[in-house]
Amino acid sequence: MGRLYDMLSKDIRYQEGMTACINCGTCTAVCPAAEFYKYDPRQILDTVQTKDESAIENLLKSDTIWYCGECMSCVTRCPRSNAPGLVIIALRSLSQDLGYFTESEKGRQQLALKRTVGDWILEHGYCVYVRKVSFENHPEAGMIWKWELENLDKLYERLGANLDGKGPGVLRKIPQESLNELKRIFDVTGGIERFNQIENKSLEKATELGLTDGEYFTKIYTTNNGNHMRE
Amino acid sequence: MIVDGKRKIWKDYQKEIPDDHYFYVRSCIRQNFFPASEVMFLKIMRDELACDIYENEYHTTCSGIGYHCDVVPMETTMTVIARQFALMTEAGYKNYAASCITSFGLYSEVIETWRHFPDLLKKIRKNLKEATGREFEIPEYLSHASDIIYKVRHDIAAKGKYRLINRFTGRPLKVVEHVGCHYSKMFPHKGIGGAEYPYVLAGMIEAWGGEVVDYPERRHCCGFGFRQYFIKANRGYSIANTHKKFESMEPFKPDMIITNCPGCPYFLDRWQYAIAEMEGKTYGEDGHGIPVFTYEEVASIVLGYNPWDMGLQVHQVAVEPLLNKIGISYNPEEKYKGFNNEDMGHPEKPVNLKTY
Ligand code: SF4
Ligand code: SF4
Repeated sequence: MGRLYDMLSKDIRYQEGMTACINCGTCTAVCPAAEFYKYDPRQILDTVQTKDESAIENLLKSDTIWYCGECMSCVTRCPRSNAPGLVIIALRSLSQDLGYFTESEKGRQQLALKRTVGDWILEHGYCVYVRKVSFENHPEAGMIWKWELENLDKLYERLGANLDGKGPGVLRKIPQESLNELKRIFDVTGGIERFNQIENKSLEKATELGLTDGEYFTKIYTTNNGNHMRE
Repeated sequence: MIVDGKRKIWKDYQKEIPDDHYFYVRSCIRQNFFPASEVMFLKIMRDELACDIYENEYHTTCSGIGYHCDVVPMETTMTVIARQFALMTEAGYKNYAASCITSFGLYSEVIETWRHFPDLLKKIRKNLKEATGREFEIPEYLSHASDIIYKVRHDIAAKGKYRLINRFTGRPLKVVEHVGCHYSKMFPHKGIGGAEYPYVLAGMIEAWGGEVVDYPERRHCCGFGFRQYFIKANRGYSIANTHKKFESMEPFKPDMIITNCPGCPYFLDRWQYAIAEMEGKTYGEDGHGIPVFTYEEVASIVLGYNPWDMGLQVHQVAVEPLLNKIGISYNPEEKYKGFNNEDMGHPEKPVNLKTY
């Protein structure tokens, strides 16, 4: 067997997600991503089960694997108990381990996800932190969100939250000792290694494209080349 | 599908939900966007129903959103989850209540994976010990907080001041239920009613007097898609999915939507605003949207709490049309006031979506 297929098949998500695909297309029919993107989970499972190294390499470097929304709707319906959503998670993982993710527009977005959700987890203990969800980046959050952010402390007190406060409750400040434990877990289990890999490979790509860190971030966060959606 | 058939499916997918003594773990997204819902959950369970729901400040994100954005590796997430279980174990609890659907789905998946790969479980135990010195037991019962409200739905109805009935027509309100994808799509047996016809929210609607709307895209994802929403360039995916759902439910003229997932009420609320502002299209009556609620908000409405105590002022789609239909008394002057009635001004009005 080839190197890439070997690596992929070691991933537990791959083992749990892939039995044998009969190419029926049920997953594609139910998939919310397939409806809007040029995306076909049936084809991905089929490509992978051919064990064709160059086809798998192309997949790992493509936009295709980044279209899935990980909703797992496909898992319920697959007549052969495959889980295309899990196979996608395994492919994305491998694409990052090998540094292939920066070869596609959608893959490059991993840096923006690491710098927001990823970093917030370690800084605040929450995957989203209200003070950092700016109206500018989230105009769709509405006029109500703009008003919420302007009145955050007073409003969240009114609503019974404990924003940045001591003790338990909604949006409490998570004690430093707990954040330290979280960080040690990330150290011991490869979380920090993944973060560093995303940062380093993105830096290489930014340099190759002649962009500063800030320019690269803005580019990956906002660029959509318009070729992703179905006609 | 005929109703009898559904009832049979629901019977096949029953899960055991303990009555009492839970270790409660909060949801990142819900705390940020619907902070009062978790406040109301604890108030209802503790003050109204005298249940023991314990929480402490040391729990954190389960890292699930990071996992599903593919920036957090599996072993890391598993060990973070193991730490949450350790906190439960140390506090002397065996029943775990998750406020978040992403967490709930991931806990179910992780426990199942550990069952299939016992060596991996050993490794996670070792990781946790090394990183934190902690040890853990796997919860005996894993519930989502909506399972618990489902379990007490008849008690809530019995204590309730209001029912989901249109006071002008005397007819049940038409309620769309939206169950988070990760509640039971991966493991149908972990959810009440399974994956195709989950009963967790439908059961609440029926117990509280409403009528469930069955529409074609009922089980379609709200469109969160993790990376598909977080990254600005991908948000077309998210709004397109929500749009598909609204177009599908529109002919049924729903009065309200009830959800049990952290992201769904946010997307179903905010994308209605964006669709209205971008296209001039609104799905409710007279230029309003269809109000979207969390299950705790609906339980609190039924129990007669002040709408502004349960956080209905932080919805972009106005809730007043629904409150008026039920006949709930509320003070409009209080809506945008802070603690101690402090003045906080008013949010700007959208151009197309009608608000109060
Ligand atoms: S998990 Fe991915 S492949 Fe499966 S239905 Fe959802 S978006 Fe489609
Ligand atoms: S539903 Fe299952 S068997 Fe059918 S194409 Fe998709 S993965 Fe293959």
